[in-house]
Amino acid sequence: MNLSDREKLDIFDEMHAANGDIRAAYRDYSAWLTDQSLERLRQKHAQADLLFRRLGITFTVYGEDEGGERLIPFDVIPRIISHDEWAILERGAIQRVDALNAFLHDIYHEQEIIRAGIVPAELVMTNEAFQPQMLGLDLPRRVYAHVSGVDVVRVDDKTFYVLEDNVRTPSGVSYMLENRETMMRLFPDLFAQSVVAPVDRYAEYLLRSLQAVAPMGVDDPTVVLMTPGQYNSAYFEHAFLAMEMGIELVEGRDLFVDSGSIFMRTTEGPKRVDVIYRRVDDEYIDPLAFNPASALGVPGMLSVVRSGRVTVCNAMGTGVADDKAMYCFVPDMIRFYLGEEPVLQNVPTYSCRKPDDLKYVLDNIAELVVKEVHGSGGYGMLVGPKASKAECDDFKRRLKAEPDNYIAQPTLALSTCPTLVEEGIAPRHVDLRPYVLSGEKTRVMPGGLTRVALKQGSLVVNSSQGGGTKDTWVLEAPVAIEEEE
Amino acid sequence: MLSSTADNLFWMARYMERSENTARLLTGLYHMSLLPARRGAQAGLWEGLFQSETERNAYLAKYDSFKTDPVLTYMVLDRDNSSSIRSCVWSARENVRATRHVLTTDMWETINSTWLDIAKVTYADMQDMGHHEFLEWIKVRSHLFRGVAHGTMRRGEAFEFWRMGVFIERAENTIRLLAARAHTFKPTGPISREDTATLDYYQWGTLLRSVNAYKAYREIYKSQIDPRRVVELLTLNEEIPRSVMACVEEICQVLEGLRPRSRCFEQARDLLNRLQSARIERVYRTGMARFLEDFRAGLHDLSLQIQKDFLMIQ
Repeated sequence: MNLSDREKLDIFDEMHAANGDIRAAYRDYSAWLTDQSLERLRQKHAQADLLFRRLGITFTVYGEDEGGERLIPFDVIPRIISHDEWAILERGAIQRVDALNAFLHDIYHEQEIIRAGIVPAELVMTNEAFQPQMLGLDLPRRVYAHVSGVDVVRVDDKTFYVLEDNVRTPSGVSYMLENRETMMRLFPDLFAQSVVAPVDRYAEYLLRSLQAVAPMGVDDPTVVLMTPGQYNSAYFEHAFLAMEMGIELVEGRDLFVDSGSIFMRTTEGPKRVDVIYRRVDDEYIDPLAFNPASALGVPGMLSVVRSGRVTVCNAMGTGVADDKAMYCFVPDMIRFYLGEEPVLQNVPTYSCRKPDDLKYVLDNIAELVVKEVHGSGGYGMLVGPKASKAECDDFKRRLKAEPDNYIAQPTLALSTCPTLVEEGIAPRHVDLRPYVLSGEKTRVMPGGLTRVALKQGSLVVNSSQGGGTKDTWVLEAPVAIEEEE
Repeated sequence: MLSSTADNLFWMARYMERSENTARLLTGLYHMSLLPARRGAQAGLWEGLFQSETERNAYLAKYDSFKTDPVLTYMVLDRDNSSSIRSCVWSARENVRATRHVLTTDMWETINSTWLDIAKVTYADMQDMGHHEFLEWIKVRSHLFRGVAHGTMRRGEAFEFWRMGVFIERAENTIRLLAARAHTFKPTGPISREDTATLDYYQWGTLLRSVNAYKAYREIYKSQIDPRRVVELLTLNEEIPRSVMACVEEICQVLEGLRPRSRCFEQARDLLNRLQSARIERVYRTGMARFLEDFRAGLHDLSLQIQKDFLMIQ
């Protein structure tokens, strides 16, 4: 271990307590790790790369030719979460997604949260992701976000912060599943006396959630997964999930609208489709209603959605709930709709559209992380402590020009997790995205996607910016409890 | 099944089969190119590969002579040549990638590792390995893929569309192989004289070997190699798995299972009837080249009709 003194003092490490002790969740793993040579770990690491490449678990880099398929680096050291910690995360994530779904139903119906003066009307109505076409439409089980990813980071023993909610078309769940599969192939001995909660039922639960929201009166719904196509960066995941669920993987060109329903073109003629798990953004899904230039969508799809003859998951217009400006209001939504106190905390956030906040941000920019309200993927953000003076000045100019477009947060001391890097095993910052499914009920798979910033000291975990992933272990309770079903 | 999926499966099969057939064709030609020059076997040997003006021009735009090295580079590894072996494996792999949710993991892994291997190969690697060994390797990878498909795929629609692609492509390739030699036939020639017999032996013997039919020829005809008999064996003999007859029979079986009342099944049966009633002597009299060309057109129409009947093209 080469923890620098400063890191030892300030930053929470998932495996090592400040006094050097091994935390309880890592005790067995640490004992095992002590017996492993660095060489063996590196060998396994190389083997994992080979496995991923052979399985085609790659993402596509736009603008490159055949060679443009990259691996997201995989780290062989797992991120381990104790049963008790997980119980909190699980409760918090479910609570949050339930509140977001209630919020979406509300703003597309009575808008009570606006009338109550909790969320400003203009934040909703002028939001680019708000879809007036969804107003007044009743969705099966009132679910808008069927699949959500809640990004959390940990800063100390007790505190998990929610960094952002993802309720549009969150991706990455195939990594949760394949990382586990790979770990089990590489280190079967670790799982032999396993207390690691399995994640492999995800696809089954996903299918169940999708079936549960089929239009009224459809008994044996036909569910399909809609992808932008094989050159999309998440195509592997789309194909993988379709295969695991045993459903058709369709593109816009496979679907068409006829006499009020959506059909797919099959070798035996048209077949009606009842539920569409789409991985295509709102903007591209129906060229008649949204972007007329889109070749990925299905002309007339929205009209079928409006007549209730097809369910689109996640619903159109969910993006209004996971926007960085709306994020500040999620704790209030939880109180308003569920009458509960939030289990998971928000990161203190400055909304630059408020003059006071803007002033604070401009004065303290070197200490803060500044993000675009609609940005994603780690683009368009400034990490104050890592930025040069020129970069800070540039952002100040942008902030003054378009304050509404930015929020800022304190630089968080993201927890670290031991990671195999060139120098050996060293602490690297991690986050966590648990996946939440909503359908007949709301549930979270015990695990998720742990992303790790591979560069020393870096806080940016996005794969587009050189981040990697780890398998995420949730330890089961010491005494086995009965399965819920 | 989605029509677009059927389309991908059909083309996946065709591209993989095409890569194997190109390897077979090149193996045959390569062997001929090694024959003593005075036999005259080399004249126009590689050039004969480029049967249409378009193909010829595409080649000449990049290379200036029809010699072994540039031709093999172009036919095996050239990215700009959409029918090079490398491009075929890439296209097959992309079609598998588009349908991997209906295929077995083993199929994907087989094609993907073939692609990952061939993607790195340079012409120098090919020379190091030996042209023959390398082309053999391609053939083996195609065998492997076919074996995995046979051994792991559920017997359903996907399997049938894959089979259909294999046999349409194979029939086309066998015809192409023969057509490349068709110009050497004289319309009313007698049985080969002694001096041309040696050349025939080399050329047609190599051709037979390149489709694994040399031994079958010996067993069936028990005579010296006569071009007419070779054509008969590779078009009309249903026992030879790469013969046109065998392929068309398979296609008929597939279509009868999938859609017994369809235009494409009718067309396929039509083609089968034409083969069944054909006699090699008559074909020889009316012109071998024309017979092959007509049949190739018939196969092409059938392929289009299949795509129409199953909504693969709109």
